Amino acid sequence: MKEYTVKISDKGTIAVDDTILVKGAQCAAGSRILEGFKPLFSAEAVTRLEDKGYVVAGKTQVGEFGLDLVGEFSYYGEKAEDLKGAAAQLVSKGDVKAALGVDMNGATRRAAALSCVDFLKPTYGTVSRYGVVSCAASGEQVGVYASNVEGIKEIMSVIAGHDDKDGTSLRKAAYDYDTSLPVAGKKVCIIKELLEKADEETRKRVEDFAEKLRSNGVVVDEISCDIFDIANTTWQILMTAETCNNVSRYDGVKFGYRAQEYKNIDELYVKTRTEGFNFLTKAVILYGSDTLSKNRYDDCYGKALKVRRVVAEKYAELMKEYDSVLTPVCSKTAYASYDISDAFEIVFKESVFTAVANLIGVPALVSGGVQLMGKHFDESVLLSLAGSTERVGE
Amino acid sequence: MNYEMVIGLETHVELNTKSKIFCSCGGHSSANEPNDCVCPACSGMPGMLPVMNKKVVELAVTAGLMLNCEISRYTTFDKKNYYYPDLPCAYQITQLNHPICTNGVVTLKTSAGKRDIRIKQIHMEEDAGKLVHVGKATCVDFNRTSVPLIEIVTQPDFRSAEEVLTYLNKLKSMFRSGGISECEEGAMRCDVNISVRPEGSTEFGVRTEIKNMASFEAIEKAIRFEVQRHIDAIEFETEELVQETRRYDDATGKTFAMRNKETEADYRYFPDANLMPIIIDDEWLEQIKAAVPEEVDAKVDTYKEAGISEKEVDMLIANHNASKLLDEVVSLGCGAKNVAGWILTDAVSILRKNGKLLGDLDISAEDLAAIIKLVDDGEINRVSGRKILAAVIEEGVDPIAYCKDNKLDEKVDTTVIEEIMDKVLIENAQALEDYRNGKVKAKQALFGACMRALKNTADTDIIKELLERKIDN
Repeated sequence: MKEYTVKISDKGTIAVDDTILVKGAQCAAGSRILEGFKPLFSAEAVTRLEDKGYVVAGKTQVGEFGLDLVGEFSYYGEKAEDLKGAAAQLVSKGDVKAALGVDMNGATRRAAALSCVDFLKPTYGTVSRYGVVSCAASGEQVGVYASNVEGIKEIMSVIAGHDDKDGTSLRKAAYDYDTSLPVAGKKVCIIKELLEKADEETRKRVEDFAEKLRSNGVVVDEISCDIFDIANTTWQILMTAETCNNVSRYDGVKFGYRAQEYKNIDELYVKTRTEGFNFLTKAVILYGSDTLSKNRYDDCYGKALKVRRVVAEKYAELMKEYDSVLTPVCSKTAYASYDISDAFEIVFKESVFTAVANLIGVPALVSGGVQLMGKHFDESVLLSLAGSTERVGE
Repeated sequence: MNYEMVIGLETHVELNTKSKIFCSCGGHSSANEPNDCVCPACSGMPGMLPVMNKKVVELAVTAGLMLNCEISRYTTFDKKNYYYPDLPCAYQITQLNHPICTNGVVTLKTSAGKRDIRIKQIHMEEDAGKLVHVGKATCVDFNRTSVPLIEIVTQPDFRSAEEVLTYLNKLKSMFRSGGISECEEGAMRCDVNISVRPEGSTEFGVRTEIKNMASFEAIEKAIRFEVQRHIDAIEFETEELVQETRRYDDATGKTFAMRNKETEADYRYFPDANLMPIIIDDEWLEQIKAAVPEEVDAKVDTYKEAGISEKEVDMLIANHNASKLLDEVVSLGCGAKNVAGWILTDAVSILRKNGKLLGDLDISAEDLAAIIKLVDDGEINRVSGRKILAAVIEEGVDPIAYCKDNKLDEKVDTTVIEEIMDKVLIENAQALEDYRNGKVKAKQALFGACMRALKNTADTDIIKELLERKIDN
């Protein structure tokens, strides 16, 4: 974890993940390839917070381009035995009021679950991606870590809303979030197939959460639904391809890291990128360029785009019946350290809980170590459901 | 044996917009220093997102309409991946799957008669930067990066170099008149696809592509060289023809094969998730359509039929704004020939007095029509009309209000004036006679006498008009 200085602010201090630009502060996205890159401007979400009087306490470490489980593979980080996300830990300890993170392949949600803080990945297009070190443009969103749903609501109300500088930003100018809608009578489903992928402790968390919901009058059913594995595979195809393309600009020509010795431009590219990216990023680049290659496009990327629509339809059907889906976020309640050569496969397996929200852009809220997903723009329902459990026993 | 050449063109045209295609950088063509005209977005810094410049879409649609294309109501952008130092993101944003225009046709007048060239598609894309070699070092200049281009792809319908040049010249004059591109040196670049086959054959020969030529002269020479190379290869088996990309060298007048590495790349095209699909609805399309100028040839005919002189037609064709104004005023019910006179004689002389040119003319069609109608309806005389026109051009006044305020439409009671003038004419009978006998100068003497007699009681223009009526009849 990097050092940070806490400044005093009436509104509160915010930590910002290193995949989000803060003017003048090195932004390396956990990668050697961006070593020394200092942006000329801040991300829109950061600017909006600063305009309202919030102070950026510092940048928090992320795994290279946010591709790992919870931030374990940063070029700048120290090896820890017990893996936890930096921003989530700061929020958990109360050192900052909230933190911003980019939810791209679930790392931020997993980190929140492990540290038992709240994290909201809002509906796609809600928060401007201007100033996000982009990897998977079609599914990444800036989200908020906070210690409870009130904190999420406060920060989201500031950062959400249309931004001309992002072509994918929805036209809606501002959003009203509610954490105390009536929840009695709401229907939530638990997905059998996802529960089975989690260990006992995690399953217990989901069941305890369901119990709290029931005590507030929420109907919770356990059902079977087969879209999550397909959604994950589909998202990994799109995510690796988009990431491969978006990190191709890091070539040593313009900024960031450049190899010391090279004879010609090809060698400059190869050496810089070989030395600048970690093993996981390279794996993602290889998978991504493969799925985009001429021979494979129709069977991989092209098909994934079609499956994305099918998953969206099936999810919408599910949402006709239920207000929210309750799932684990990780298969375990803690991760042990592991070798980076296994990272691609491990992250792929763990993303089965998180990928669908990135794939089809629906909101996902992590609270109490579990995840609630909803319909597009139904953040208030999720916040109210989680809020009702946070208030149980108060 | 006689051979026939089969040629298809891909023409890149730089669009005439204030800013780049996906960011607000402007003025790259007048940038003095390398990288004067760049921002974090067009230099590929992380965190920046492309935002579509609407004007680019409108100009591309205009080009499509002028080339009789189908306009896509749903159009998307794709990324084309390749590494080159002048391409900051290592991908170019272009259109592969849903180009903005498809299936057009343009008719050429050539020495062999009318020829139709089918347009396969027009797509929008961004330009790359350029490399500058300084001694041993190579530097990158991103001023051109993200400058908007359209690429016009034809079917292999050309059968001679003459047709190719006629087509390119036609694109040039069309795009200028449509405000699409200035088509200056370097702003129009061509890739030429060439194959050769025995006359009468319907099969295509081996095709080669000559990349990136900026001058028409080079294109013509390259075609002649390449066609001859193909014919020699077929006829005399000088070499084996292979499908490849070639480069034309101006110094030697020859084409050379480019390295395979540069030509066999897999560009891994895929949709750009940062740019939402663009929907062109009826309303937007109609707006664009309304601003599309008539095809130049048709326009020349229309003007000539309306009795506008050849010199005036030339002026109108060269000046898009003037011809647009004329068309609009005509549509408001004025005669074309008459309007041409008002614009090209009256307005031009007023502009000249102010040190301006026809291109600077800034008057609404409604205002000009109002002035012309006042004169045509006999409400005011032409001199007064001209006065109003000057006031509108110079001060931007409302013509009707100006006419009223200055009492230009009040019928002057001329009986008193005429009585005095009649007296003057009697007193100057000799001068009158001289004038009627052809001594033109005598008119000035009569005019001066009238002016003195009437002192300042009457308007100079009116005196002149009345005098002419009296002495010329």
